[in-house]
Amino acid sequence: MISIARLHWSLNWHNVYQRTGHTLGAIPQSTNKVAGGGGNDGTGKLVDEINSLIGGFGVALSWYNLALMVVGILLGVIIGVLPGLGGANGVAILLPLTFPMAQVPGGATSAIILLSCIYWGALFGGAITSILFNIPGEPWSVATTFDGHPLARQGRADEALTAAFTSSFIGAFVAVIVITFLAPIIARFALRFGPAEFFSVFFLTFASFVGMGRGSPFKVLAAMCLGFALSAVGLDQVTGTLRMTFGHAELLAGFDFLIAVIGLFGIGEILSSMESGLKFSGNTASIRLDAVLQTWKKLLSYWVTSIRSCIIGCWMGITPGGATPASFMSYGLAKRFSKNGKNFGKGEIEGVVAPETAAHAAGTSALLPMITLGIPGSPTAAVLLGGLLIWGLQPGPMLFVEQKDFVWGLIASMYLGNIVGLIIVLTCVPLFAAILRVPFSIIAPIILVICAVGAYTVQNSMFDVWMMLLFGVVGYIFNKLDYPLAPLVLAIVLGDKAEESFRQAMLSSQGSLSIFWSNWLVASIMTLGLILLFWPAVSWLLEKRRAGTDAVAAP
Amino acid sequence: MHEQGSARRSGRIKAMGGFAAACALAASAWLAPPPPAAAQTWEPTKPIQFIIPAGTGGGADQMARFIQGVVAKNNLAKQPIITINKAGGAGAEGFLEVKKSSGDPHTIIITLSNLFTTPLATGVPFSWKDMTPVAMLALDQFVLWVPADAPYKTAKEYIEAIKAGPDKSYKMGGTGSKQEDQIITAALERLTAPKKFTYIPYAGGGAVAVQLVGKHVNSTVNNPIEAVSQWKAGALRPLCIFDDKRSTYTKKVTADMAWSDIPTCMEAGVNTEYQMLRGIFMAPGVKAEHVAYYVDLFKKTMATDDWKGFMEQGAFNQTFMSGAPFKTWVEANDKRHYDLMKEAGFLAAGK
Repeated sequence: MISIARLHWSLNWHNVYQRTGHTLGAIPQSTNKVAGGGGNDGTGKLVDEINSLIGGFGVALSWYNLALMVVGILLGVIIGVLPGLGGANGVAILLPLTFPMAQVPGGATSAIILLSCIYWGALFGGAITSILFNIPGEPWSVATTFDGHPLARQGRADEALTAAFTSSFIGAFVAVIVITFLAPIIARFALRFGPAEFFSVFFLTFASFVGMGRGSPFKVLAAMCLGFALSAVGLDQVTGTLRMTFGHAELLAGFDFLIAVIGLFGIGEILSSMESGLKFSGNTASIRLDAVLQTWKKLLSYWVTSIRSCIIGCWMGITPGGATPASFMSYGLAKRFSKNGKNFGKGEIEGVVAPETAAHAAGTSALLPMITLGIPGSPTAAVLLGGLLIWGLQPGPMLFVEQKDFVWGLIASMYLGNIVGLIIVLTCVPLFAAILRVPFSIIAPIILVICAVGAYTVQNSMFDVWMMLLFGVVGYIFNKLDYPLAPLVLAIVLGDKAEESFRQAMLSSQGSLSIFWSNWLVASIMTLGLILLFWPAVSWLLEKRRAGTDAVAAP
Repeated sequence: MHEQGSARRSGRIKAMGGFAAACALAASAWLAPPPPAAAQTWEPTKPIQFIIPAGTGGGADQMARFIQGVVAKNNLAKQPIITINKAGGAGAEGFLEVKKSSGDPHTIIITLSNLFTTPLATGVPFSWKDMTPVAMLALDQFVLWVPADAPYKTAKEYIEAIKAGPDKSYKMGGTGSKQEDQIITAALERLTAPKKFTYIPYAGGGAVAVQLVGKHVNSTVNNPIEAVSQWKAGALRPLCIFDDKRSTYTKKVTADMAWSDIPTCMEAGVNTEYQMLRGIFMAPGVKAEHVAYYVDLFKKTMATDDWKGFMEQGAFNQTFMSGAPFKTWVEANDKRHYDLMKEAGFLAAGK
């Protein structure tokens, strides 16, 4: 009974895909028709989806698969904690191990459960070092450091960790629900994204970030420009020629984001701590066993931020902008619209909630375009995609039809994996927070070694370790001169991607900027970006007019 | 659960079989006189470093990790294979690493067309002559794809449509810049002259296929494995395959077509042919016995059913070469890439 219903749903899904695959490009403006048609199909088949999902739980809920989940989450947390290793590398390293696993019938499902749980674990784990040591283990954890680490310095590491883990869980859970029930409708949405649309998303991310620095806007601009320059080093994708390598083989690969972040944040932080008395502020915090429950009470009041972050995250994961821009954008918007916006960066729980929720929602929903279209929404998804091929599965629109047990098993494992993950990491909160009580003289060398190993791991290059130390000095100097690090990092992460999609769009339109207003989708994102970009200037002008001539002194 | 258990059991039976075979082998070795030279063949003494001059998730990466998995699963090597991505500078980083580890028998590299294109386009100082050729594993095919509802049914019609349209109005999506996809596009422009394509470079082949489904470009020359799923789903149509003979895979991929049903571009009146090398190279200055070990290892790998399945999935042209024929092939293709890229104006200054 169940299997027939599932088959029916899948076939129907396939038809929807085919139909819209044809209409989509031909009549880009007729979105109502497409969305409306898909919507009817989607809601009409709700019961079948639930049946499919129950079937999926049947696949995922075996002792063997549950054990794999626990192993995967634990490995993932460790991978997420170690800077440089990262989810994509971790999954890539373990991929060959799953090869024999996938040989038995149903083994591919177990294999993807293990690997996707490593992914969930890495998403959870990335927050730990960000909060405790100001070292983001993953690109999407950078925004978590902005408020997470100040909280730890105030001795509230347990609150920050609980907020991060819980938000991660909520983001992921909402994204899984979206995947379960809206997969066929929203999967097609990613098809609408050409170069112009991608650029508009990056533009929106940058725009939502402008005005975030507490210092001078010129310092923000200077930091951002330095980031853009660094991200331009290496091969230029569009012309296929090398830029700013000056004949040095070490510069061929450009500056990896992780090297910069480990240095700027991690090493820079250690240098600052050394100067201020060889200890971590925050080490005096008592270990509270009820921290989780206390923090949960506070989290309830941030429901608006949570919902907004979920929407941003799901949208960015599906489109597929990715978890990193999602976390930055979510943080930027939360700061802009929150009542406590002015306190962001000094240790606001809300500043942890926003990026973590969005990053996890994006990271989870990034698996959707991977399954349905065969395009990875994140580097880790790209490796998982390779995994599917190795296990003999062909990702893409036919996967839902040909491998129903696999797809629904995977979706069910997303629910279970995140619940298992939340329980594991929350139990460990007091343990993680206690790390800060270890004396600085013991922990600092350990962090340094881990950072160096992490930097080396990224590309197996000693040169990167020296670069990391150099970035550490830069981070220290930036702190001393009151230059903000966040815009620099944002530009390093997204600068080359933004440039690439801008130039692809320019090639496509033969140099006309009108491509950014050529359809409702790209036009609305661009317009939103422009409004956000000029918002600080406009509000500043309005304030100035209101306050008369005194406004010159405003910071 | 049940399947897992039985798999483990059969694994144990296999292991016992292996033990019995080993005993038999030991017995025969004791009875027969020791073979003189064969016993001294070289074996790796530490883990084999397998460099991938491309990013994670791409075609070369998939193949390298697949080989790593097959070798581990079938115990084909005494030492593990460790894959390392060195993708910087269109793979130049990986090739330079092999070039400088002269005489090291524990480093191998998988190549794609960037073996030829990267030094020519970027001017980074390396060539295939700086490395030791080991074997050609397969040739990857290229297919001309258009959306399924495009008006042109054959490659000829498509070329005619471009000739009839305004210059640069047709967009070709491809992976990377001045690499294989753009070289094929430049070759096609010989036929569409004086009209040209607008070539739009993307980071990866999967993204290119989706850009075509979303109609942000008019056509692509994706490898089979990059576009097959969209083809099955009815979103794309193959016009021709850039090979001098049709694919050998006759199993139906869609309801009415197999890979072998796609006409060659020659047949379709579009005189263009291109395949991409999936081969293995080693560091310079290694001994003949080192090369022989890896040739043997890859022969064993290619004899497995896993490998055959992988080849069929990606509709690869299964041509194996090693030794002198492989070297001759590489030499000829290096020259060919030089000519093609020179004609297209893709050469770096000083090349």
